[in-house]
Amino acid sequence: MQRRNALKRLALSAALAIAGLGVTTQALAADTIKVGVLHSLSGTMAISETVLKDVTLMAIDEINAKGGVMGKKLEPVVVDPASNWPLFAEKARQLLTQDKVAVVFGCWTSVSRKSVLPVFEELNGLLFYPVQYEGEELSKNVFYTGAAPNQQAIPAVEYLMSKEGGGAKRWVLLGTDYVYPRTTNKILRAFLHSKGVQDKDIDEKYTPFGHSDYQTIVADIKKFAAGGKTAVVSTINGDSNVPFYKELGNQGLKATDVPVVAFSVGEEELRGVDTNPLVGHLAAWNYFMSLKNPSNDSFKKQWAEYAKAKKLPGADKPLTNDPMEAAYVGIHMWKQAVEKAKSTDTDKVIAAMAGQKFMAPDGFEIKMDEKNHHLWKPVFIGEVQKDGQFNVVWKTKGPIRAQPWSQYIEGNEKKKDEPDKK
Amino acid sequence: MSSTIDRAHRLGRLLAAFAFAIFYAAAARSITPEQIHDIALGEYDQKVDAIAALVASGDEAALALLQSLADGEIQTSGEQVLKIKDKTAIDLITGKAVDPIPQSLDDVVLNNRVRRELATAIAALKLGSADRAVRLAAAKELQRGAADATLPAIRRAQEHEQDPEIKGLLTLARSTNELASDDKATRIGAIRALAESRDPNTKMLLLPLIERKGAEFAEPDAEVRAEAEASLRAIDSRLATGEMIGRVFSGISLGSILLLAALGLAITYGLMGVINMAHGELIMIGAYATYVVQNLFRGHLPGAFDFYLVAAVPVAFCASAVVGMALERSVIRFLYGRPLETLLATWGISLILIQMTRMLFGAQNVQVENPAWMSGGVELMANVVLPYSRIVIIFFAAAVVALVALLLTRTRLGLFVRGVTQNRPMASALGVPTGRVDTYAFGLGSGIAGLAGCALSQIGNVGPDLGQSYIVDSFMVVVLGGVGQLAGTVYAAVGLGIVNKFLEAWSGAVLAKIAVLVFIIVFIQKRPQGLFALKGRMADT
Repeated sequence: MQRRNALKRLALSAALAIAGLGVTTQALAADTIKVGVLHSLSGTMAISETVLKDVTLMAIDEINAKGGVMGKKLEPVVVDPASNWPLFAEKARQLLTQDKVAVVFGCWTSVSRKSVLPVFEELNGLLFYPVQYEGEELSKNVFYTGAAPNQQAIPAVEYLMSKEGGGAKRWVLLGTDYVYPRTTNKILRAFLHSKGVQDKDIDEKYTPFGHSDYQTIVADIKKFAAGGKTAVVSTINGDSNVPFYKELGNQGLKATDVPVVAFSVGEEELRGVDTNPLVGHLAAWNYFMSLKNPSNDSFKKQWAEYAKAKKLPGADKPLTNDPMEAAYVGIHMWKQAVEKAKSTDTDKVIAAMAGQKFMAPDGFEIKMDEKNHHLWKPVFIGEVQKDGQFNVVWKTKGPIRAQPWSQYIEGNEKKKDEPDKK
Repeated sequence: MSSTIDRAHRLGRLLAAFAFAIFYAAAARSITPEQIHDIALGEYDQKVDAIAALVASGDEAALALLQSLADGEIQTSGEQVLKIKDKTAIDLITGKAVDPIPQSLDDVVLNNRVRRELATAIAALKLGSADRAVRLAAAKELQRGAADATLPAIRRAQEHEQDPEIKGLLTLARSTNELASDDKATRIGAIRALAESRDPNTKMLLLPLIERKGAEFAEPDAEVRAEAEASLRAIDSRLATGEMIGRVFSGISLGSILLLAALGLAITYGLMGVINMAHGELIMIGAYATYVVQNLFRGHLPGAFDFYLVAAVPVAFCASAVVGMALERSVIRFLYGRPLETLLATWGISLILIQMTRMLFGAQNVQVENPAWMSGGVELMANVVLPYSRIVIIFFAAAVVALVALLLTRTRLGLFVRGVTQNRPMASALGVPTGRVDTYAFGLGSGIAGLAGCALSQIGNVGPDLGQSYIVDSFMVVVLGGVGQLAGTVYAAVGLGIVNKFLEAWSGAVLAKIAVLVFIIVFIQKRPQGLFALKGRMADT
């Protein structure tokens, strides 16, 4: 009996002590602004998303070194939703309700974004989404710093149709089986129809996440290509890209015969692949590491130093890519908006984000559109080189406006170019 | 003295540069400076025109220039066009050596269109080589379609060529160009010649002839159209055989991988009735063991890097076997006879193993490079390329099955394993140390899983979640094949692989997986013991 009482007292005092500690840390925490980082650090998407977490932390360190935001330091709260879409929603809710973050930088796949969207809209949170996507969405609580289809997919297909790009007449639309490739391919099919391409010359194929056996698919592409000059549009996401490109190389499918343009493959995804047989295959982005301009030079230098200092995996060969650049631009624009609004309140920041400008590593001063929550972005199409870098073969003169509601999907003429007020 | 050596080196470099310069000065007379400028610094259209002009000239020097362009040896600095080789730079327009090499050099920008023109141009110029293999490769390259610019080179080569195979390919190459001729007889002759082609790309050339443009055909003459259709049919039937071979091969390849993954499970499940949910993680351990061996070779024996895979095989086997035996000794033997608890316990252990791997190696995938002899493929026909990595894995799986069969039938341990599988109490009564047999058998099964991991590291991604993708497939094979004999696992694995690949070609990857699962469910309803079951008075298993 005595022992039980003693144990009860011990437990009570321990609980009080911890609570007291919690109170004091809370009091200290009021001097920082919490910022959520919601990227997969394990699972099939970790190959792409881990560097986004690192570049966000790098930007936070940079901002804190210059005095923070409104005099307060930024405190990152990093969670790992592990490429598990329902877990993304859980972690988003945790960040907003328990950690009470002012803003979340996160997501890559559209399915992860669609999973967290209801959470952000319900709790009036703020999400910065740095990856190219399929459009067909315009939420008041999200700022889209990646490309919409008219800033990536459509220009890429137009280039492949042109004489310079190979004059493709037949198209294989190959993607991972989820909303982004399905919607993008719907838009591309409508676009191809508008250019006179018939359904018999378009072949859509899908593979599940994490798929690694591309033998049949590459053989099918070769067979389809016998019917006319063919180009492949790849929306494969995650580490499935590695076995896909390895199979292309092993089966000898050269870019001079059948060019493959990918929308979710950048310098980071090519890190583990022998790029010698892949020279000439393409990617369409709004930024490449090989761009030569002063802001890119300082961005790359900053990243190389950060990677070495934090001993990140791959620091011996530091690579930057488009989503990293978009994440970097996003967090700086958020900082500028908070300072303009003089508050971290979601609605005030949303209002202050309109028209924000930032000198981006892509070499242009890019603008957040006043109404539609998307960035004006330049478009670059690059060919893979032997060293895994991209050589730009086509580009727009300057940043172009995003069209989140694609003109190639029926019913979009009625959609407004700004989020619904709630 | 080092300064003499330095001077000797500098003299040597100067002499080499001088030799290059003389060669280029002599050759440069047939290549105009405008052509060199256009190729290196011009717009894409100018590059293509310059390449066409160089091919038409048929010069030796043109071949050297185009080859160095393709190899990336040409760089520009401002308006200078330089060939950089072995730390010497030669200005191609003036032919003189440039010393010191300028600091800021730009690569010559090529795109796919220019690269394609370059490849055909080099092939056309190589038709005059003395080496048969070089001429054969060049003729194969040109078979796809010869641009007008390459025709003179092809005609010249045809006159001098003795080898029948190369001559046939050159005829095909010329035919691709003659399709556009005005003379009807030439066109028909070309179409008939192209019927012999083994290249699927020939179809691309013949199809436009039978295409409709509105109410009319692109090709006005009906006889020519009929010839084109006949040729297309001949090519199609030839391609169909190639396609079938390709599909069967990929089915066998997938089957060999399933076999390696499931073989170990069949042994442990058959022997002890243990449902080992950590089997996938034993595969993963084998893959990571291969990664570690690769790093050791890269760090300490870079010259022998291509053989790291040979060393990794026994290491992967031992690593997984040790973990498997530890697992059996510490957890599974205490849960003997309680299948649900074993399931749960091994599931928990699989999570522990995944997390430990994450802590040791990081949560992301790790890079396992293929050795040189595993990259690329062998081209059976124009549309069938069999990758070396998969061929090696098929032979590897066959070897493993043969070794395991030998072990089970010819050794004492194998005898004990079979005895304990068939009737444990009786075997024990006859003096077989069932406890130790259990441990060794579990070690064997786990070791084979390690070998599967070693094979998988070559064709897929290696990450902590590797096992999760293969555990379901392994159980599917074991359930389908039954646990009576090894043959069950072999037939089930190869059968599932082929069925999966044929379905995939027909209905896509996602539906094929679903269809295979449905098929297995239906099969198990009809025959719960699987393909090959133990006969006799064993009521369980």
